[in-house]
Amino acid sequence: MATIHIDGRPFPARPGENLLQACLEAGADLPYFCWHPELGSVGACRQCAVRQYSGPDDRTGRIVMACMTPVTDGAILSIDDAEAREFRASVVEWLMTNHPHDCPVCAEGGECHLQDMTVMTGHAVRRYRFTKRTHRNQDLGPFVNHEMNRCIACYRCVRFYRDYAGGEDLAAFATHNDVYFGRHADGALENGFSGNLVEICPTGVFTDKPFSAVYSRKWDLRGAPSVCTHCAVGCNTIVNARQDTTRRVLNRYHDAVNRYFLCDRGRFGHGFIAAPSRLRAPLARIDGRPTPVPVQDALRRFQMMAQDGPVVGIGSTRASLESNFALRTLAGPARFSTGMAEPEHGLTRLVADLLRTTPARNPTLHEMESADAVLILGENVTVTAPRAGLALRQAVRQATFDIADAARIPRWMDAAVRTLGSEARSPLFIATPGPTDLDPIARATSRAAPDDIARLGFAIAHSLDPTAPEVADLPEDAARLAADIAATLRAAARPLIVAGTQYGTAALPQAAAAIATALAAHGVDAALSLVLPDCDSMGLALMDGLSLDAVRALARDGGIGTLVVMENDLSRRLDPAALDALLAAVPHLVVIDHTATPLSARADLILPSATFAECGGTLVSTEGRAQRFLQVLFPDLPLQAGWRWARDLAQAADPGKAPDWQDLDDIIAAIAAATPSLAPIGRAAPDAAYRLDGARLRSEPPRISGRTAVRANISVRDRPPPAAPDTPLAPTMEGAYGPATPGALVPYYQAPGWNSVQSLNRFQQEIGGPMRGGDAGVRLLDGDGTPRPRPAYATAIPAPFAPRAGEILLLPEPRLFGTEELSSLSPPVAARVEAAALRIADDSGTAPTIALRLDGQSVVLPVIRDPALPPGIALCPPHMALRAFTAPAWAIVQPDGGDAP
Amino acid sequence: MFGILRTLWLTFLHMGHRRVTVGYPETRPALPPRYRGRIILSRDPDGLERCVACNLCAVACPVDCISLQKAEQDGRWYPEYFRINFSRCIFCGFCEEACPTYAIQLTPDFEMSEYVRPNLVYEKEDLLISGTGKYPDYSFYRVSGVEIPGKDKGEAEREQPPVDVRSLLP
Ligand code: SF4
Ligand code: SF4
Ligand code: SF4
Ligand code: SF4
Ligand code: FES
Repeated sequence: MATIHIDGRPFPARPGENLLQACLEAGADLPYFCWHPELGSVGACRQCAVRQYSGPDDRTGRIVMACMTPVTDGAILSIDDAEAREFRASVVEWLMTNHPHDCPVCAEGGECHLQDMTVMTGHAVRRYRFTKRTHRNQDLGPFVNHEMNRCIACYRCVRFYRDYAGGEDLAAFATHNDVYFGRHADGALENGFSGNLVEICPTGVFTDKPFSAVYSRKWDLRGAPSVCTHCAVGCNTIVNARQDTTRRVLNRYHDAVNRYFLCDRGRFGHGFIAAPSRLRAPLARIDGRPTPVPVQDALRRFQMMAQDGPVVGIGSTRASLESNFALRTLAGPARFSTGMAEPEHGLTRLVADLLRTTPARNPTLHEMESADAVLILGENVTVTAPRAGLALRQAVRQATFDIADAARIPRWMDAAVRTLGSEARSPLFIATPGPTDLDPIARATSRAAPDDIARLGFAIAHSLDPTAPEVADLPEDAARLAADIAATLRAAARPLIVAGTQYGTAALPQAAAAIATALAAHGVDAALSLVLPDCDSMGLALMDGLSLDAVRALARDGGIGTLVVMENDLSRRLDPAALDALLAAVPHLVVIDHTATPLSARADLILPSATFAECGGTLVSTEGRAQRFLQVLFPDLPLQAGWRWARDLAQAADPGKAPDWQDLDDIIAAIAAATPSLAPIGRAAPDAAYRLDGARLRSEPPRISGRTAVRANISVRDRPPPAAPDTPLAPTMEGAYGPATPGALVPYYQAPGWNSVQSLNRFQQEIGGPMRGGDAGVRLLDGDGTPRPRPAYATAIPAPFAPRAGEILLLPEPRLFGTEELSSLSPPVAARVEAAALRIADDSGTAPTIALRLDGQSVVLPVIRDPALPPGIALCPPHMALRAFTAPAWAIVQPDGGDAP
Repeated sequence: MFGILRTLWLTFLHMGHRRVTVGYPETRPALPPRYRGRIILSRDPDGLERCVACNLCAVACPVDCISLQKAEQDGRWYPEYFRINFSRCIFCGFCEEACPTYAIQLTPDFEMSEYVRPNLVYEKEDLLISGTGKYPDYSFYRVSGVEIPGKDKGEAEREQPPVDVRSLLP
């Protein structure tokens, strides 16, 4: 630790950081614009000027940009210096000369970094009396608003969008005062991380468009820490709500997981909560029609049903651990299904087992960013785990950092480091059937069928460790590529292997694990990351249950009296014939869900459950991290958490044996007691009894407005705040709040003088480091830290892929927008969904469509011909044209298909 | 003894003073325009709603009796609903001071007693008047940089025409 002196007071500082970081960490108020903790410094805005003295005898010193000056031990600087203050005040005044008179109608107002910095520098009166330059705005699609007049040309947007996220359709245009940040023409921003511009831009140029339609000032928004439910990465979010509706989702910093950024599916996918598809009352089928019934009546009906034979429960990978566990308790462990069909059911367990037994690190997202060689084995990571894809994009920069380190240029000197290392990229190998977003930065890509990719993987393992099984009949180019990749991974210090379950084959995760094991045998610090599809897939893998196939067999044998399905649309998992057969064999179907689905339309009883914003719960991410989401809305009955419905059903069926959980902590304790692998989940977040400085935490800002008017049209009487037994956050503006708030409980970011998201700096132990109040979540797969024995290599090496005449192997190729169930119901995401199309190898045909037969269903799909694709396979988005299509399947190509519409 | 005499004397002197109490409601006092009574929402000189739903009055209000929701049409912000619960209002005038558009104004009318409290909840329809109130000239959108129907970019006060981003001329 170095020591720096700020205005005469000594503060500890980390050598290697810059003075701006050091000042912020010391708690000083130093204004800045262009520096961003994740993007580094470019010294573009000149706002962070301080006076630095070369020693105790130096009385004059000089003005330096704090963000461009490295910390040196004993550095002496002054923020308060009159000339430095004047310098900063002039800079803001210049930036404001062209600034429009917009704050009242600017969605950034009240959480605007520019407002904060203007106040901080003391610029209050406009002296400039001449004309302002103006810009035209662009329509940037359904996610982001554009109001270019407000730009201060800090360049953060393009640095994030282009340099960090790899986007190409946002750029800086024009020169000097006129510089413009936008697209070459109107149109939706193509990059899947465009929503982060809202938080990156320190002004109101880029604002959240769906939020603008239901706008509220930050000071009026209740917040709650939450976890994104739209993929298995488990990004931490803050959900904002007001007047009983959710308004927006923001990033919540977790130093090991999502850090500063979310993907657009996560940021804009919450619209399903208010969508017309929401279920809001219990519905019983009376005379063939779903009819609203009171809760007591619904429970009585279930009581009758339960007398007609065994109750079987089907859980869901999109429901919380609590809801799944409650259903498991209702049905009994032997009659609980994970809600996954084969092969997903088996693969999910396989992934959990591999992550537990492979003697390699299971990296956090942040660790993935510092891998210095990456192999992606048959997974389109940027769509199945988007935020992980963004982390892998940073991994290729390791080589650049090595060059910068050698040249003794600090890594945060962003422009210098990028220029210096512009040609150098760490190796990234991608073996996938189709193209991926990361291809342009890969050292080598290999297009092959999943089985051939697995063979490549096993060949790499064999070339690293001859005791690993050999792959027979490997083509020569594949063998060369395998040897090349093996040598590269072996030479790396922190190689990373990424695979997943996208292509429904066990061979891919097994091959990835074999490579990681082989690397570990050489003493290389290898990491293995395996991607699961849904937000609680890993939770179910650890909870265990029957597959849907086993449930179907049970139903065929007449072993089901009532089927209770928890938040799972089985029509997405079973093809129509299988689903019909299952439902025909089951006398009663009960669906507990928050959203109407084709399955709920067939239920005898529907119970409306709460979404992630309306209840608390725990999800286990693909990394094996159990994370808690907390409630921000407090709806009245009959809307309640899935686990409360399952509890009530159990009480209705058999009051004697039913569990007596009253609040979230009760059921979490029950899960921990019943399931050893889930025992630590209680530590994922503080429980409802948590107190900071002796008080409950507040979830509303201290200056929430309109409390005596907002409901006055209904009643002028005051209403007590809702009861909140499941959360440590009080649903009011009274309570404790501060930088020491635990990371798992942060309802919003705000610090004195810092009203924008930049106030996060105050909550971190060090900039970019862990939260002062401790990080959120608990990892479940790490074991007790003892070295793992080397597991036996998988021996089931698949045979080479052989195309079939007249048939084509359909492979599921999810999309960022449109294939994930809940986000597709959110209007802004739905606006970005493109029609389903089939990507096939060039068959020298010209027909714009192709007709297929799969499991007795016929579909006609538009085709995209891609000469790079291996012949005999086709990439098809799951759940779109074929609703139940999730796993590879051979489809018959109808010869005359091309003529169909 | 002296005290009693002094009091009598002072009372006697008052007989010659001008009377300040009036026989309300038969006689009505003339209140100055800046008197802080019933709150109204005014219109801009073009006859359009002045309130831009910025929420500043609501957050300034010490008793939290103003609530509104922003809506937007063609770039123009306006309140979807605007509610003041006058049974809570203390007529402090902070809202008027906070308002950046002169939309919300207090008026000299104080005669708004009701027998039931819900009648003191005023919605936008009850608040919006058809004139400009105390500030006849100001129009926020003539100054602001946002584009609204009838005012293109560059047409606000002290604005240059929009930049041609494809020009590289200095
Ligand atoms: S960007 Fe900030 S300072 Fe500029 S108009 Fe918006 S709120 Fe006001
Ligand atoms: S648009 Fe925003 S982020 Fe981009 S340069 Fe302007 S102010 Fe900075
Ligand atoms: S006068 Fe005062 S109390 Fe009444 S609405 Fe305005 S700010 Fe609130
Ligand atoms: S402060 Fe003025 S413009 Fe803003 S919401 Fe209130 S009345 Fe409307
Ligand atoms: S933050 Fe230092 S120059 Fe912009």
